[in-house]
Amino acid sequence: MQILQKEIADFKNELLAMASHAEGAIVRAIKALLERDDKLAEQVKKDDYILDEFEISIDNEAIRLLSQAPLAKDLRMIVTGMKISNDLERIGDEAAKIAKCTLILNKEPNLKEYIDIPTMAERATEMLRDALDSFVQGDTEKARAVQPKDQLVNQINSQVHRELAGYIAESPVNISRSLSLMVVSKSLERIADHAKNIAEEAVYIHEGEDIRHSNGAKHTQ
Amino acid sequence: METMEEPPPAKSPDTQAQPSPDTTNEEPKASPPYIRVQDYCFWYGENQVLFDLNLDVQEKKVTALIGPSGCGKSTLLRNFNRMNDLVDDIRHKGDITIAGNSIYDPAVEIISLRKRVGMVFQKYNPFPKSIYENVIFSLRVAGRRNKAELDETVERSLKKAALWEEVKDRLHESALGLSGGQMQRLCIARAIANQPEILLMDEPCSALDPIATGKIEDLIDELRDQFTIIIVTHNMQQATRISDNTAFFYLGELIEYGETQQIFTNPKIKQTEDYVTGRFG
Repeated sequence: MQILQKEIADFKNELLAMASHAEGAIVRAIKALLERDDKLAEQVKKDDYILDEFEISIDNEAIRLLSQAPLAKDLRMIVTGMKISNDLERIGDEAAKIAKCTLILNKEPNLKEYIDIPTMAERATEMLRDALDSFVQGDTEKARAVQPKDQLVNQINSQVHRELAGYIAESPVNISRSLSLMVVSKSLERIADHAKNIAEEAVYIHEGEDIRHSNGAKHTQ
Repeated sequence: METMEEPPPAKSPDTQAQPSPDTTNEEPKASPPYIRVQDYCFWYGENQVLFDLNLDVQEKKVTALIGPSGCGKSTLLRNFNRMNDLVDDIRHKGDITIAGNSIYDPAVEIISLRKRVGMVFQKYNPFPKSIYENVIFSLRVAGRRNKAELDETVERSLKKAALWEEVKDRLHESALGLSGGQMQRLCIARAIANQPEILLMDEPCSALDPIATGKIEDLIDELRDQFTIIIVTHNMQQATRISDNTAFFYLGELIEYGETQQIFTNPKIKQTEDYVTGRFG
């Protein structure tokens, strides 16, 4: 069984490596947007394949580990690890989407000063870091604190959409940039959702409790 | 070692993980558990091997007993039908009741008890007789001679043991000519011929190949609605496949007892977690 324990530790490390790439993808995508850096945006798009490959590798490894019939926390780690890798892969997709929008936005001057989008990016990245910390350290209090932060990001996204709708109504020349920024905002909202998922999954791994769809409250079965 | 989260039921300072009946959030109805082990201790000579066990076994459920070698699970199993009475210099303290009646009541006839509580052993042990005679052996010993009754018992028992189709045309051939898996199913048929209420199974698949094991597990699944089954197993994946509730023992103590899914996906006691994940044992 020590072989299995070592393999599960390796599996966890591979997840952490994937998480590091996903976090880096968000940071670079937002930097490319704020600094109007086409080259960086192209790199983010190009590097998305790395997270795709991680997901495939982790899923294959999980299947192999499951064939050894692990139980208890080992079982929860592997099953949930597959879900976390899926969340991280989707985060990569959203970062690539932001990069794609950046390339479109950079063809014109900025529509407005970016205030809410950097705030959303900061919140979403913080949520992801907290979720990953709780996964690594077993700090489930930190994980539970991620759930309410998602509401704030959702509110900012709604506010951004309302504001951009105003720009669209104001003039047709604003349409393309407004729509691209709406996509960016939505992507950041989705990143926050995935970070929340990872936090919930961390609680399940370490406590065996399923807090999905509960806003942190206990499920009664 | 036993932990307690909920108020214990009457007379049973049971573990916190006592399995609830089929009702979920409802209060259990006021009926006693089918088999109750209460403050039970057991000695072989001066050597105490079971320590203050409290365990409630639900009727018509499969309860698995797991734990490392020497933890006392087979000893406990053999006490449910007092097979350990055949061992010299044993004693016990506490009680085991079935449907509210102590198995140690002086009025209890041991033979009658063992008719109610059948047993299947790790190593299949058919008698050197025909398949037919193996199944009805206990009826013959009891003096039953009516052929129609004996024939009906053989067919019913072999059908329940999922062996009838394979042996119906050779009932009078030697049982020793069967495969290992067939012999174990024959032993199950023999055990259920008396229509017991309870079936005790001590690692019934450990001497069988995976295909035969699968057949025995399928059989246990079919029998669960008719019998209360207690099974000792070292195969934890088997316990997850076939049992409703699982009790984990260590060094003669009951460490944790709960619904099988909870024990194997989210055990509450670290020792249980360490055992089921292979960190010891």
